[in-house]
Amino acid sequence: MHLAHYLGLLHKAQERLGDAFTEVGKAHAEEPDVFHTCEKLATQCRAHAEKLAPFARRYAEEAPAEPDRLHSELFAGTRTGPIGLLRDLQDLYLMAAECDICWTVVGQAAYGARDEDLLGVVKACEQETAMQLKWLRTRMKQAAPQALVVAE
Amino acid sequence: MVDRIADPWGPRTPYGPGERWPVRVDTFLADGHTEADVHRWVPSASILHSNGDAMDIAVVDDRIVGVRGRAGDRINHGRVDPKDLYGWQANHSPDRLRRPLVREGDRLVETDWDTAMGRIVARSKELLDGPGGWGHFGFYTSGQLFLEEYYTLGVIGKAGIGTPHMDGNTRLCTATAAAALKASFGTDGQPGSYTDVDHCDAIALWGHNVAETQTVLWMRMLDRRRGPNPPAMLAVDPRATPVAREADVHLALRNGTNQALLNGLLREVIHRGWYDEDYVEAHTLGFEKLCQVVEDYPVAKVADICDLKAADIERAAELLGRSERLLSTVLQGFYQSNQATAASCQVNNLHLIRGMLGRPGAGLYQMNGQPTAQNNRECGADGDLPGLRNWANEEHIAELARLWNVEVDKIPHWAPPTHAMQIFRYAEQGSIKLLWISATNPAVSLPDLARIRRILANPELFVVVQDLFLTETAELADVVLPAATWGEKTGTFTSVDRTVHISDKAVEPPGEARPDLDIFLDYARRMDFRDRDGKPLITWTGPEEVFEAWKECSRGRPCDYTAITYDKLRTGGVQWPCTDEHPDGTERLYTDGVFNTDPDYCESYGHDLATGAELLPGEYRAKQPGGRAFLHATPYQPSPEVPSDEFPLLLTTGRTVYQFHTRTKTGRATQLVHAAPESWVEVNPADADRLGVAEGDLLRIESPRGAVRARARICGVRPGVLFVPFHYGYWDAADGAAPGEGRHDRAANELTITAWDPVSKQPIFKVAAVRVVKEADSDGRPAPAPTVGGSAPPEGSGIPATVGGPAAEAPSRGE
Repeated sequence: MHLAHYLGLLHKAQERLGDAFTEVGKAHAEEPDVFHTCEKLATQCRAHAEKLAPFARRYAEEAPAEPDRLHSELFAGTRTGPIGLLRDLQDLYLMAAECDICWTVVGQAAYGARDEDLLGVVKACEQETAMQLKWLRTRMKQAAPQALVVAE
Repeated sequence: MVDRIADPWGPRTPYGPGERWPVRVDTFLADGHTEADVHRWVPSASILHSNGDAMDIAVVDDRIVGVRGRAGDRINHGRVDPKDLYGWQANHSPDRLRRPLVREGDRLVETDWDTAMGRIVARSKELLDGPGGWGHFGFYTSGQLFLEEYYTLGVIGKAGIGTPHMDGNTRLCTATAAAALKASFGTDGQPGSYTDVDHCDAIALWGHNVAETQTVLWMRMLDRRRGPNPPAMLAVDPRATPVAREADVHLALRNGTNQALLNGLLREVIHRGWYDEDYVEAHTLGFEKLCQVVEDYPVAKVADICDLKAADIERAAELLGRSERLLSTVLQGFYQSNQATAASCQVNNLHLIRGMLGRPGAGLYQMNGQPTAQNNRECGADGDLPGLRNWANEEHIAELARLWNVEVDKIPHWAPPTHAMQIFRYAEQGSIKLLWISATNPAVSLPDLARIRRILANPELFVVVQDLFLTETAELADVVLPAATWGEKTGTFTSVDRTVHISDKAVEPPGEARPDLDIFLDYARRMDFRDRDGKPLITWTGPEEVFEAWKECSRGRPCDYTAITYDKLRTGGVQWPCTDEHPDGTERLYTDGVFNTDPDYCESYGHDLATGAELLPGEYRAKQPGGRAFLHATPYQPSPEVPSDEFPLLLTTGRTVYQFHTRTKTGRATQLVHAAPESWVEVNPADADRLGVAEGDLLRIESPRGAVRARARICGVRPGVLFVPFHYGYWDAADGAAPGEGRHDRAANELTITAWDPVSKQPIFKVAAVRVVKEADSDGRPAPAPTVGGSAPPEGSGIPATVGGPAAEAPSRGE
């Protein structure tokens, strides 16, 4: 059963997203809403990772070796200024999107494994990830015209 | 004669449920005038708070000499707030601006209108030239101009320049009221009416010190409390305000925990079966989710989060749950606090699940602090679109484009209008290059003032300030335009309960001061804004013409003004919607339980209340609201700033009964100045003991942003919390320090944090972490805080009572 690999992938993705939210929030602390919201969402991501941990451990016992190139790197540090903010939020968006689709995949596997507990975790967390995506989209939509057309 | 400084609420006129509130006409005429020698009485209403009290301006020899409440008006039945009784005297203040000023180097020098407007227009045209030129403009206005002025400014900004960067200081005041009403009911607009006070059997005041912010509404509540079958009363406020002292249950909760309290109260109401199952089923969406979320908030847990007694929370729930006609009012204790919109929506939820809407006594006021905040929200000079339209609804934008005869894409609608805090951020970053500030004083009223001063003083930012006086903000401007005020110009405005009043011109403004409307029209003419056919964009020349144009804009929208005329208003206030079908206006909204949530009609497609993430039109439609209201549910989260070892106390800021805003007017009326001359800091006796602080000691209060000094009033604020009134800036500071130079240790907003609610974008003024150091002894003198209101000292303190004496005597007479 390969479920452990995807649980590991999602677990790692959630941890990385949490760290990236923290990093981006701090880098753009002069945008107070970005700073405060990123802090909140970082906490949310870490809670997701924590909820996944016991399942990852449990399924790891039944898992063969991890396939090649399972993990990918989506974030390589923050930028500055209004366009930098947009790009950083866009990185977060892609990372959250990775988590979002992982939740779907893991959710499907949970159905297959008849694992009600895991399904419960997926259902609770995937909604929060979906909201993170919405917030990132909202904030980028707001910032884009000023950053790309008006600012010098 | 009544000394309305010593007794701001005047004599009681008790009445019972369902009876008409008795008339009591309050008058104040200065300089020995009597009613007999008044030449003219000119109709108006208050612009020093949001109650909408109607009054007549007394004129002798083309000079205002006083005011008298309008006995027949539906709002106040003749009563007048002390700020209004005395505040008009500021119109005559010798330091009124009489001529425009322009900056020459580091000085502002007098000039003529052509020169001043010429500079603004030259800079505007330079900035508009080129793609994205609209983005260099920011307009920051007020909650104190007239409807006609907001509408004109809105058209100039949105259809002339095409900028989304327009907001009002309503953002600091009432933005959460609007956000909560939109989120729950589909559009802005107060469901209730002030007459609900006459019918209710319980009143809940959520973070609303109504006794000091809207004294006349409080008089109405007090008169019910002194009459037969009085309503029960609940106060939620960390301070021992007059409301808290009057209430049957007072919850002095920890600042920033409103959402936890409401989650707990709703859980109790649901668990004990005090909700209206049929109403919930027929008229709401989201009950199941609400039950799930509040289930996590048993009373014991809430008592812990909020630092309250469990028994008090249970008593409050019972008071709310057992009432048959519940009236709620919500203001800054919720709006300027953590989770502002979420907590305010919870009050809406309480009324929805109990079916407490749309009938006499079952009322809900998501209040305003300012008199014409409602107009700003309706007319689109703030972060809303004219006619309570939805920026994400293309048909709504197309309607505006047809009305103004401009291309649809001229009107910015690609994202929500920019909120005030973001406008200042763009100015800080340099992409906004021209900031036009009218009738407000951000150098005292915004959070983290050192930052705001830095932004306004930046030579790269061209700042226009339009006001009555050389405010702390005006001193930093490049061009200062002298404005006429209340009594010197004609226009209309709308109170919290949708009552529209007219305020007619009574006298000429001083010197070359001009009505704000004339200033905006002059700018539009000089900028030569055109519609799509090349005709002038703005076709009107006076207030009544704007009003007629506005009526067309309001047609078919919730705030429909189409059957209101200036003549009708001169006979008394009218509540919108007022149409041919309802020519006398509309007392209560949602009487049939049908809400404005239809996707084609609603003002917003909704937000996630925790992050502010916007829902997309398709997601909203999929909910198929069908006229049902939304029950929103959000878990409690701690405030962005909580006490730490370094900053162990909480700071909250607010208003006193004698002052308004940054005292531009109330600070120039003798009686009000004498009553509350100087800032102070309220300290709980237990904290005072621990800190070694006595009444009148000079304290230095520090936050991560700055420090202020004030004398300590030992009184009934909750332990661990300090309160500083937000009115006091620097124009009359004792050490004469001017903005940009010298000491800045007086304004409460030196301390407050730059952070805001994710949905309403209202700054969080009620929760900042601070520490305190004692700097000097009192020398036996008490703090300069009034003994009336929230700063009242404990009984037996021996502190002399605040009185106004003969100069403040104002007659009150009954029917």
